[in-house]
Amino acid sequence: MKKLVIVLLAIVAIAASPVKQGFEVGDTAIDFKLKNVDGKTVSLADFKDAKGYIVIFDCNTCPYSKAYNQRIIDLNTKYAAKGIPVVTINANDPAASSGDSFEEMVRIAKQKNYKFPYLVDETQAVAKAYGATNTPHVFVLSKDLKVTYIGAIDDNSRKADAVTKRYVEDAADALLQGKPAPTSKTKAIGCGIKWKSA
Amino acid sequence: MKKLVWLILFALVLSSAAMAQNISQIKLKDLQRVLTTKTDRIQVINFWATWCAPCVKEIPLFEKLRTDNTTIDITLVSMDFDLDPDPAKVERFVTRKNLQNKVVILAETDPNAWIDKIDKSWSGALPATLIINTQTGKRKLVQKELHEGDLEKLISEVSN
Repeated sequence: MKKLVIVLLAIVAIAASPVKQGFEVGDTAIDFKLKNVDGKTVSLADFKDAKGYIVIFDCNTCPYSKAYNQRIIDLNTKYAAKGIPVVTINANDPAASSGDSFEEMVRIAKQKNYKFPYLVDETQAVAKAYGATNTPHVFVLSKDLKVTYIGAIDDNSRKADAVTKRYVEDAADALLQGKPAPTSKTKAIGCGIKWKSA
Repeated sequence: MKKLVWLILFALVLSSAAMAQNISQIKLKDLQRVLTTKTDRIQVINFWATWCAPCVKEIPLFEKLRTDNTTIDITLVSMDFDLDPDPAKVERFVTRKNLQNKVVILAETDPNAWIDKIDKSWSGALPATLIINTQTGKRKLVQKELHEGDLEKLISEVSN
């Protein structure tokens, strides 16, 4: 009887808790199928030998995305070779932010010579599933899609050379060593993702 | 003649700058004081930046609210400092838009150290608006662009 009460209480507690939006550190994230700037569809599962992933919700227009553009390119250069590729996703609604159109994504990826996918999340379903809110917003995942880090790239948006804490690099290094990220969650000021109006 | 035109233009620029409100740079503890000091006036705090298009779009709602409701305090907190510590851009914006609301610049770096101290549920994304009844502790945080009527509704929700 006591057991039943506890089970019932647990069910009530679960039902009463607000619907959880997005992943937390320790959750298992989902894979996705999204269109890349080259027109081909990309999934995380396409990276057969990956030891993990650096998934970054990014965009064309946000000044923070611009400030971090070179740092994102550098992250991929450093970690793709070690088995942790960068995968960037733009979820901004082009109706709300015209500079975030697919054509502009193609142009920027070409101009900056992206060696990593820059995917369009047209329905915004992936950004919502992940719980992405800002750009750039990083999710470091293990090989089996366990979330090991959520947040900012580092602690100084304005000046790359004044950074003292490299959150994403530390999380990626830890992943390679089979250790948990030293800092697993951070927040940063940033541009809100431009959601489609309901 | 051309010189004279330039002189006049220069004088105009100077005089418009002189009319602009004095924008103070505040620290986190100054902002926390606004969030917690008990007063009968509802505190409406908008976090914005000159580079943030949806923020710029919703600012007229706060300007209108200022004339519609004189029983509240509105503070527009510029978050430009993180990317650009020079206040000139914010000052030019405030002058150009002729903003009447109180505008301050939050002059802090390393946002991860203080975003939670403003509101634990805030992701740090802009725009964000915080509405606080300091007497009851009731607060509402909106992390998206506001539309006509939203502010009035939020204020009445924390008022009772």
